[in-house]
Amino acid sequence: MKEIRIHGRGGQGSVTAAELLAVAAFADNKFSQAFPAFGVERRGAPVQAFTRISDAPIRLRSQIYKPDYVIVQDSTLLEVVDVAGGLKDDGILIINSEFGPETFKLDTKARIMTVNATKIALDIIGRPIVNTVLLGAFAGATGEIRPGSIMDAVRERFPGKVGERNSEAIMEAYKMMEASI
Amino acid sequence: MPREMNLDKSKMVVVEGSYAVAHAVKACRPNVISAYPITPQTHIVEDLSQFMADGEIPNCEYINVESEFSALSALVGASAAGARCYSATTSQGLELMHEVLFNVSGMRLPVVMTIVNRAVSAPISIWNDHQDTISQRDTGWIQLYAENIQEVSDMTAQAYRISEDRDILMPSMTCMDGFILSHVYEPVVLLEQDLTDGFLPAYEPEHVLDPKNPLTFGAFADPNYYTEFRYLQEQAMQRALKKIEDVANEFYDIYGRYYGGLIDEYRTDDAEIIIMAMGSVVGTIKDVIDKLRDRNVKAGLLKIRSFRPFPAEAIKNVIRDAKVVVVLDKNITLGLNEGALFTETKSTLYNTDVRVPIIGYMLGHGGRDIRIETIERVIDEATEVMKTGIRIESQFTDLREELL
Repeated sequence: MKEIRIHGRGGQGSVTAAELLAVAAFADNKFSQAFPAFGVERRGAPVQAFTRISDAPIRLRSQIYKPDYVIVQDSTLLEVVDVAGGLKDDGILIINSEFGPETFKLDTKARIMTVNATKIALDIIGRPIVNTVLLGAFAGATGEIRPGSIMDAVRERFPGKVGERNSEAIMEAYKMMEASI
Repeated sequence: MPREMNLDKSKMVVVEGSYAVAHAVKACRPNVISAYPITPQTHIVEDLSQFMADGEIPNCEYINVESEFSALSALVGASAAGARCYSATTSQGLELMHEVLFNVSGMRLPVVMTIVNRAVSAPISIWNDHQDTISQRDTGWIQLYAENIQEVSDMTAQAYRISEDRDILMPSMTCMDGFILSHVYEPVVLLEQDLTDGFLPAYEPEHVLDPKNPLTFGAFADPNYYTEFRYLQEQAMQRALKKIEDVANEFYDIYGRYYGGLIDEYRTDDAEIIIMAMGSVVGTIKDVIDKLRDRNVKAGLLKIRSFRPFPAEAIKNVIRDAKVVVVLDKNITLGLNEGALFTETKSTLYNTDVRVPIIGYMLGHGGRDIRIETIERVIDEATEVMKTGIRIESQFTDLREELL
């Protein structure tokens, strides 16, 4: 079983990203589970969402304490949240940032990777909404999921032009991350 | 009897727990829905409102009300008039219904409600425990607790079948853990409309409130009559013990899905340590049991699906040969220092030949996460009980001592 924690701010679509990841993983013939960190969400406040992916049906209901992967939507969170907390040594931490991974001195043995998801989103989608872009980056960095499954899930949730542009941005982030592995 | 579950992935979709429940309610073809939104039940009523607005629930009225008290009161009239009725609530909303809960069951109205279990105030908590429904255990409602969203959505159809049976005519609460199940996305088979049309026929009430043929419901009962009403309600609850099993079996035959009837068992056959629990924590416990079994710890799970009626015989038969039983409760009876499942399990054994040590833990209050380590720790303690006997009979666990 792989466990993923997504950090973001209220309004950035962290919960949606966790859900889309679960939908995409199931389409990849895995079992999946997505849930929010049941807080009282406010726009701009730090939030978390979680996804589990497994070959077998998932029964575990506790929160995620030792994730295999962490996705950070907003690098300003690093000042207020221990985003690397509990991350496994052989895990991967993906940060949305214009800077390279060496910029981030975090207390973790896990591999840190960065992707300028905001730029990709602005260039392709036209809005700084990075949640779907980061799912593409996740697919490229981890190989846990087919990018096509993520694009299908996004197009189903956001039909029409929005879904198409998001899919394009997902593919772009996927390719960039795959190339840097 | 344990059954093989056929998970047909081609029929499954990944949806939110609340959506799965709302969809199941729709498939049960209700005639009147009345509910007041309250976290974390809100998504269920939002989804039902959407179905109504889209014309997807034919022959149904959605009554908007100003409180939970009115929501259930509206259903008293509607159910007496012969409508299949549905509501959903949680926590303070359920407590506000308290008086009406007795009216529904006393009038033998087969209303079904989803309760999205949440802690009660004060202090305010929107998070999960079982204090809300446990506090209503004496109101004459059948209470079923679900482990995952597949079970709770399927339980909706089962509850109508049980409640509307003329031998029963008692209302049902189907209980799902707030947020943990209401807000989780996971694969589920949405309750099939075609199968449900066969499994759950139209509600045909024996007695109907009708101006053309007047009857009195819930009338004055003086001391010459009142006791018999209570006695008959209890008789119906006793018959429900078998009905819940029968309906679960019939559901399996038609849908191929089974979660137990009154109870379910997991690796109990040779178990020395048996953990008893209700709701979503059951899934976490199963994972821990598998892990401990690999280390030769003979642990098993007794899942309680039906808390009302209380499955005393079924429990007794499962734990009879265990060496120690651990009961987990997400509630407390203040002043007794025990959770309800613990107290009632002990009580049903007292005058029997079953003599097994039982210890109780109160945990998961107000959304405190129940971690794998917690389950492992209580099983460790149970192992000690086998050697030394009971040291502490009932206690809180996962307390943050630094806050006390």
